[in-house]
Amino acid sequence: MSERRIILKTPGLTMRFGGLTAVDNFDIEVQEGRIVGLIGPNGAGKTTCFNMITGFYIPSEGNIFFYDEEITGLSTHKVCAKGIARTFQNIRLFYNETVLQNVMIGAHLRQKSSWWQAPLNMPSFLREEKEVKDRAMFLLEKVGLADLAGEQANSLPYGEQRRLEIARALATQPKFLLLDEPAAGMNPQESWELMHFIQKTRDDFGLTILLIEHDMKVVMGVCEHIWVLDYGKLIAEGPPEEIQANPKVIEAYLGEEYLENA
Amino acid sequence: MMGNRMRNNTLTLLAVVGLAAFLWWADGNFDGYKIQIMNLIAINAILAVSLNLIYGFTGMFSLGHAGFMCVGAYVSSLLILPSSQKQAIYILEPLIAPLQTAHAPFVVAVLLGGLVAAIFGLIIALPVLRLGGDYLGIATLGFGEIIRVFANNLVPITNGALGLKGIPDYANLWWNYGFMLFTFYFIFRIVNSNFGNALKAIRDDEVAAKAMGINTYKYRVTSFTIGAFFAGIGGALLASLLTTIDPKMFLFIMTFQVLMIVVAGGLGSITGSLIGAVVITILLEWLRFVENPITLGSFEIPGIPGMRMVIFSLSLVLIILFRREGLMGMRELSWDSLFRRFSKRGEAE
Repeated sequence: MSERRIILKTPGLTMRFGGLTAVDNFDIEVQEGRIVGLIGPNGAGKTTCFNMITGFYIPSEGNIFFYDEEITGLSTHKVCAKGIARTFQNIRLFYNETVLQNVMIGAHLRQKSSWWQAPLNMPSFLREEKEVKDRAMFLLEKVGLADLAGEQANSLPYGEQRRLEIARALATQPKFLLLDEPAAGMNPQESWELMHFIQKTRDDFGLTILLIEHDMKVVMGVCEHIWVLDYGKLIAEGPPEEIQANPKVIEAYLGEEYLENA
Repeated sequence: MMGNRMRNNTLTLLAVVGLAAFLWWADGNFDGYKIQIMNLIAINAILAVSLNLIYGFTGMFSLGHAGFMCVGAYVSSLLILPSSQKQAIYILEPLIAPLQTAHAPFVVAVLLGGLVAAIFGLIIALPVLRLGGDYLGIATLGFGEIIRVFANNLVPITNGALGLKGIPDYANLWWNYGFMLFTFYFIFRIVNSNFGNALKAIRDDEVAAKAMGINTYKYRVTSFTIGAFFAGIGGALLASLLTTIDPKMFLFIMTFQVLMIVVAGGLGSITGSLIGAVVITILLEWLRFVENPITLGSFEIPGIPGMRMVIFSLSLVLIILFRREGLMGMRELSWDSLFRRFSKRGEAE
């Protein structure tokens, strides 16, 4: 197999809140173009890792490298400008805005014209606004929400809100996409569709995807490599088959007794 | 869709022409009192929509509007006051030298008033917009007071508590409504651009906006500064309309009045601010009767000065309790929505 570039490296990433170590020595390397997963029981520190990577938290120790470039402690919007986009565990759309506006807001980052050109009606400004709108429509078609472009975001059903959040993240033109529990609250049919959607998105946009997920069917079905976090520490990593058979992982999820009785 | 846009632009143009015709007619037929109210409507609309940009569209609870108005009013007044008048009114201490001779045409003076207010807005925004929510409200409230105290004490510039008198009354219907149209056009274009979408994103969910690569701090500062600019313009026009200003004019009650228009009209609705300005300005005048003695049968209520502000405060409380979104909510009154409403009614019949 050809050598892939490392898109994300986090040597010794640690996050402490006062006396509590939420994430301890989180050390992963993500290869470009992969779909990889981060799993672990509730409260293991998965979202904290996301928050460190995307600049919401400044890590207490350790570094984050995005393609060999250090991004540790960079503010959130700059991290996004570098090419890392994310979704949230509890969906965070702009609920008063339309579906189309939500995606356009994502695309705003790559817009060059500035606000004072709006009242002047400058041709270059109008052209760029139209480009942004077209691109947003294109993304909505990709995620199958084009028909709902004019609807207010809070009127969408749950599953479609999830897809809108992904479309919005894609509008920032990321290279690396972090999905925080994309299948949460979905029925088996929906999460099955989601798996294919994630794979198709990766292929269409040439992305690398890191996802947090509790739905094991999704994780095992879509991820090529998995890290397992428990009480802030990495306890295992490897391809899905290995993870499934790893006693440490089973213990973390199902408890010691389960192993003894098995 | 293209046809609709043509239709809408034509209708907007017609509405502006209609407004101009009405102003022309009113100018000849209305008495001074009614014309004064119409002027106040235009200025209040400018103030309301500028606060709406800050509070309604960007979600920054700012209570410093009177401060920006004060800056705009003093800057513009000092530029249009004739030199002789300046010499006559600065009794306590003479006006400092460069301002003594400074003079500018009315438009330039008003725009400069806005500009200086915007600079003040920028200076206050840089530290204060690191705060959010209620803290921001308190900090901007304090700022407004600081400006007023400065106006009271910087006697060589502001003439202290005596204020400025005999400001030329250039601000007639045409100037006021001209500036109102300019303000509305400017803010409408901004709010409806993708930059405006980004501001609304910050209002809706700042965390998500950051994650979308929006430099929320910078955007908030920008929005705040633009709002301060138009507040300064509103203050400048008000000064010329009333021909006399003093620091006591720019008490918190002034901010409150603008805030009331914005909330009543609808936070995040430009047309709401216009409707709010019309309704509230007229009501404020009409309600003056409650301050006069009223006879109910054999029962006589003595006139209580300030009673209409009590009524207005109460009505603001009622609005917040029962119709928090105001008259328009976040919706806009547009030609499309009007046509839809009328065609629906047509179908129902």
